Amino acid sequence: MFKYIQADPVQTVQDTLAHAEKSSDSDWILHHILDSRYVDFEPFGSIPLPQIHLFGLDLSITKHVVFMWITALLLILVFSIVTKTYKKSLIPKGFSNLIELLVVFVRDDIARPTIGKGFEKFLPYLLTVFFFILTGNFLGLLPYSATVTSNISVTATLAALSFIVTQAGGIMKNGFWGYFKGLIPHGVPAFLLPVMFVVEVMGLFTRPFALAIRLFANMTAGHIVILALIGLIFILQTYFVAPVSIAFALFIYLLEILVALIQAYIFTMLSSLFIGMAVHQEH
Amino acid sequence: MEFAYLAAGFGAALTVIGGAFGIGKLASSAMDASGRQPEAAGDIRTSMIIAAALIEGISLFALVICILLALKS
Repeated sequence: MFKYIQADPVQTVQDTLAHAEKSSDSDWILHHILDSRYVDFEPFGSIPLPQIHLFGLDLSITKHVVFMWITALLLILVFSIVTKTYKKSLIPKGFSNLIELLVVFVRDDIARPTIGKGFEKFLPYLLTVFFFILTGNFLGLLPYSATVTSNISVTATLAALSFIVTQAGGIMKNGFWGYFKGLIPHGVPAFLLPVMFVVEVMGLFTRPFALAIRLFANMTAGHIVILALIGLIFILQTYFVAPVSIAFALFIYLLEILVALIQAYIFTMLSSLFIGMAVHQEH
Repeated sequence: MEFAYLAAGFGAALTVIGGAFGIGKLASSAMDASGRQPEAAGDIRTSMIIAAALIEGISLFALVICILLALKS
């Protein structure tokens, strides 16, 4: 009879810890933040999404992919409607006015001061990035939706695109060797040249990395704070904490709206700054 | 010995100290400058928000590492 009882105390403690870890209180926070293979459609249940494995790569459709498609569709719809109103007259009214406000803001306050001459070539890319991040951030604030930009893969891709546009712009303007020669500032003594070159090349790579992490961390942190505040009601198992909890969560929600706008602006402005530094290297 | 949770807590606290100190200094200079020249208040406000977002970006790098520590263990 006794050989079926586990007599090893170390193993028992480890098993208890493992069991406690699996059923922890914070799993539901991760469930709301991370990607998943089904979309919650609340009154009707969840919709499982197709899993596609091609050439050994996992290309399945996940929740964030669906929301990226929704973002893209929203942007295509909005901009095709807005550009049609420009056929009638160049002075926009109503909704086109709002979109023109944002476009002129990106052109005059972000692209022109930082890139200077020849900024028109980079304007389509900067506008695309700005509106995609803005729409993605705002969509994530709606209930039952996922924040696309809180996925590190999405922000890493956006940062990689910025990197490609920066290097391509710099190399096309200055020539391949001219671009790398221009990375090193003037008046540097000859023995420092290898060190400076390595430092500058490392700087080229750390900037997109910082762009990706900044956007990802800002979006994820905001959502975790809101979820943790509202989750206090469930963790403490009492209704009396609800007014305080909801008041704080509302304040953080308003802050999140501000952060969504600011992060779109910062990503676009830093991308445009790096493009300006690559294209006009003499500054 | 699960030191990872402790490390995550300490890391987050120290990061918040650094970030709050930096942004506080930034906001104080912005207030001084706005008081000295009220017509430049709009430009100062814009630059202040940009600098605050960049400083917050740095503190969020450390936050990401703390979250990784807390989730790994």
